[in-house]
Amino acid sequence: MMFKNIALPFINILILISVALYFLPPHIIVQYLGGKTGFMGITIAALVGSITLIPGFISYPIAATLVRAGASYAVVATFMTTLMMVGVMTFPLEARYFGKRVAFIRNALNFIAAVVLGIVVGWIL
Amino acid sequence: MKDMMKYKKYIWIVLFVCFVIVSFAINFEPGKVVYGNFLKYFLEMITFIPFLFIIVGLFDVWVPKEKIQKHIGESSGAKGILLVILLAMLQAGPLYGAFPVAYMLYKKGASIKNLFIYLGAFSSLKIPMLGMEIGYLGIQFTLVRTLVSLPLFIAVGYLMEAYLKDKDFKINEIK
Repeated sequence: MMFKNIALPFINILILISVALYFLPPHIIVQYLGGKTGFMGITIAALVGSITLIPGFISYPIAATLVRAGASYAVVATFMTTLMMVGVMTFPLEARYFGKRVAFIRNALNFIAAVVLGIVVGWIL
Repeated sequence: MKDMMKYKKYIWIVLFVCFVIVSFAINFEPGKVVYGNFLKYFLEMITFIPFLFIIVGLFDVWVPKEKIQKHIGESSGAKGILLVILLAMLQAGPLYGAFPVAYMLYKKGASIKNLFIYLGAFSSLKIPMLGMEIGYLGIQFTLVRTLVSLPLFIAVGYLMEAYLKDKDFKINEIK
């Protein structure tokens, strides 16, 4: 396993993320998800979290801003979980490791898990 | 022609570098923003990549297949689950950083269930990330989210295993 083989796809993903984040910057995400609550909010959070890919050190400040903007904990938990667990943008890379079918099922199951998590977290907090 | 193929995989990097240089030359604002984004992510990447390689390298060389098979293989049970979760918690970086480790664990005989539990724990229970989460969202939120996610991604592991058990599951090495 060579350094180059692992690092190269990573850099390609970084380029993709950098461009995508230009079109969907954090303040737009906050505008879109801030104040969102309920099942509709959870669903939107799950979708936005799945298609975007934001590094942890940026996503936590965004999450805190979302809470301040009035988003429910359920929405924030779902958003964070799909950000971390479901990757539409990294799907091509994941498919190279696991194959398309397995990568798809893993993402789908984790998407469902994130929505369930959001509902349970919202119910507890 | 063969040489051309060899360099084909660098095409995105080359294009990106050209794009950035041109953006700065003609003062193209979006290009500069994209470059700024890239730099931020690149910094994150170089913090987790060395550790990733140490883990993959150590496993490859020092941990024999029998050990992995015994501790996190087919018949490892609850202790196996605990071990992969602990391994995941000690790491850092985004989920795609876990794929090379997953490949290594797979090659050494980890069970399907434990592989996917590892990926689940990696995405939501990493200690460095938990620290940040507590800082930004509070201990209560972090604790509840963590405890609720735990049974969920263990369930995903069991479901993946149930589905893939009698299929020809493999993880490919990226060449």
